[in-house]
Amino acid sequence: MIDAWVVGTLSRALAFGTPLLLATLGEIYSERSGVLNLGVEGMMIIGAVSAFATAFITGNPWLGMLVAAVAGGLASLAHAFVSITLRANQVVSGLALTMLGLGLSGLFGKGFEGEPLTSSIPKVTVPFLEKIPYLGKILFIDKSPFIYFGLILAPVLWFILFKTSIGITIRSVGENPAAVDSVGINVWKVRYLCVFFGGLMAGIAGGYLSIAYRPAWRQGLTGGMGWLVIALTIFSSWDPKNSLTGAYFFGILIHLSYRLQPWVSPELLNMIPYMAAILALAVLSLGPLKRQLGEPSSLTQPYIRGEKQ
Amino acid sequence: MIDRIPFKLKKRPNPSGLVVMVVSFLALFSAFLVASVIFWAYGTNPIHAYTVLFDGMFGGTNELATTVRRAIPFLLAGVGLALAFKARFWNIGAEGQLLLGTVAASWVALFSPVPPPLLIPAMFFFGFLAGAMWGLVPAILKSKLGVNEVITTLMMNYIAINLVQFLVQGPWKGESQWGFPYTDMYPPQARLATLGNTNVHWLTLILGVVAAMLAYFFVQNTTPGYEIKVIGRSPSAAKFAGMSKVKTTLLVMFISGGLAGMAGVGEVAGIHHMLRGPNQISLGYGYTAIIVAWLARNNPLAVIITSFFFGAILAGGNAIKVSLGLPFQIIDVFNGLILFFLIGSEILMSYKLTWRNQND
Repeated sequence: MIDAWVVGTLSRALAFGTPLLLATLGEIYSERSGVLNLGVEGMMIIGAVSAFATAFITGNPWLGMLVAAVAGGLASLAHAFVSITLRANQVVSGLALTMLGLGLSGLFGKGFEGEPLTSSIPKVTVPFLEKIPYLGKILFIDKSPFIYFGLILAPVLWFILFKTSIGITIRSVGENPAAVDSVGINVWKVRYLCVFFGGLMAGIAGGYLSIAYRPAWRQGLTGGMGWLVIALTIFSSWDPKNSLTGAYFFGILIHLSYRLQPWVSPELLNMIPYMAAILALAVLSLGPLKRQLGEPSSLTQPYIRGEKQ
Repeated sequence: MIDRIPFKLKKRPNPSGLVVMVVSFLALFSAFLVASVIFWAYGTNPIHAYTVLFDGMFGGTNELATTVRRAIPFLLAGVGLALAFKARFWNIGAEGQLLLGTVAASWVALFSPVPPPLLIPAMFFFGFLAGAMWGLVPAILKSKLGVNEVITTLMMNYIAINLVQFLVQGPWKGESQWGFPYTDMYPPQARLATLGNTNVHWLTLILGVVAAMLAYFFVQNTTPGYEIKVIGRSPSAAKFAGMSKVKTTLLVMFISGGLAGMAGVGEVAGIHHMLRGPNQISLGYGYTAIIVAWLARNNPLAVIITSFFFGAILAGGNAIKVSLGLPFQIIDVFNGLILFFLIGSEILMSYKLTWRNQND
């Protein structure tokens, strides 16, 4: 009885945690390069609506995912242009992106509301591995391929960020752009690419919600997930491998907020992830833990050549 | 690549009021220009859409009244945000602080032992206090532990939304509301008078204008106000001068959250006369108020004008929704575009575009 409950919870946690994980991985790269993008919620919902619309019209959910990624990426460029090139305030620019994303998705998604999607991303069951007791049920039966995508991508992105020269470049741009600039690396280009990557990932995360996880589109589908991503980026201390734990932990919390509804009112349960986020941030900020966080020094600082940072 | 551009940016240390105004107008104009492309993509004639929008803003007494009604929450919340932003505290939580104001006001109106003649003042008082407390939580977390306030204020919004939802569906659900998720109606003494048969609850409007003037005076002429300015402009200078950032942050967020809370009181006491679903009470007022404060360049007096402007957009957007059948989210599109262009154009204020000399 208890083990069925635990298996069920972990299995659902993977499903709920995956969009958080994918978008967090993207935001980590963006912030590592020094650009805070608070537009995740907006980019996710743009991804969600464009994935649904594409899959609905063409009948091809994979094309829908591709369009979601591109749409999220293009949306992120608005933030990149305003905050990197025009050196505007990153906090406000990200907020603007979220407002715009929520507005555009509401506007152009209106016609798709309540429509059934006949072709969603299929679930897969891995032969042989499905037979492993417990683990088979948690990981290998009836799973969205994007769960594996996230599980594989996190270590890969960790490797790139910490073990390759590309990663060193990205991190240096976020730590000390002037130094990187002086050795001839284009700070702006690195930042644009990282923000764009963040947009791609947020777009995919949104697409996962609308055509893979539960194929349906409605107003405000992302429901604040994008903001949890911003918090998760900090919990992960800007490290892709830590984002696995954080994302799945919040996956569990989100699952529990549904699971416990027979006993506790859903509104109170809905508060849990947000309260947990505040609490976790507070605990992480306590003295000894704070130093290990590793926030990029130039986060939110626009780079201006020849000016003291 | 930079070297090939025939002009360069020259720092403009103190942009004049005129420059700020011209740039702001350009930004608004550009935002509307881009929005017209979106109208067109949606299959709506932009010129027709803007005619409807303008009519809905100022077309007649009713339209003007709707504009003012919508401006009231923007005014109170916007003044508070202007103060917070001036002290460089990113309060994105006016939405939640506003909702806490509605909760406190509803408690006073429906469940407290406050005698009827004192209901209105008590509602504003406790509404202010509730919003202030909701604003203090992120302020304390920020100044004591260094927790990022953007995230905490936002998370507090979602908690507040669910709190209101919980109250109206659970313990506070009204017995006389036919099962709707509303509280019972407030007693008559807890309702604000309105101008004629409009929705303009004038008392809140007056409170908003007074708050704007007081806030302006506070920033310009008092020591704590001066400290807000210094801390906002140069945290290191403030530290050197022995100013307490903790104290200022807490004070600013107490006022900022409190004013947002009062905005909430105005909405429930002046318009709804009950507590109901958070989406019915606030159309994202707390978020729009961020743009209101930003457009006012954090000048509390200028918020009077900018709140009116965004009230007009909300009123006009409603007209577009009704007569053109566009979803209400067109408002979010406007808001997002305006904010983008506003901050994007700031570079034109702090830098002057000049032609490159040959010896540059």
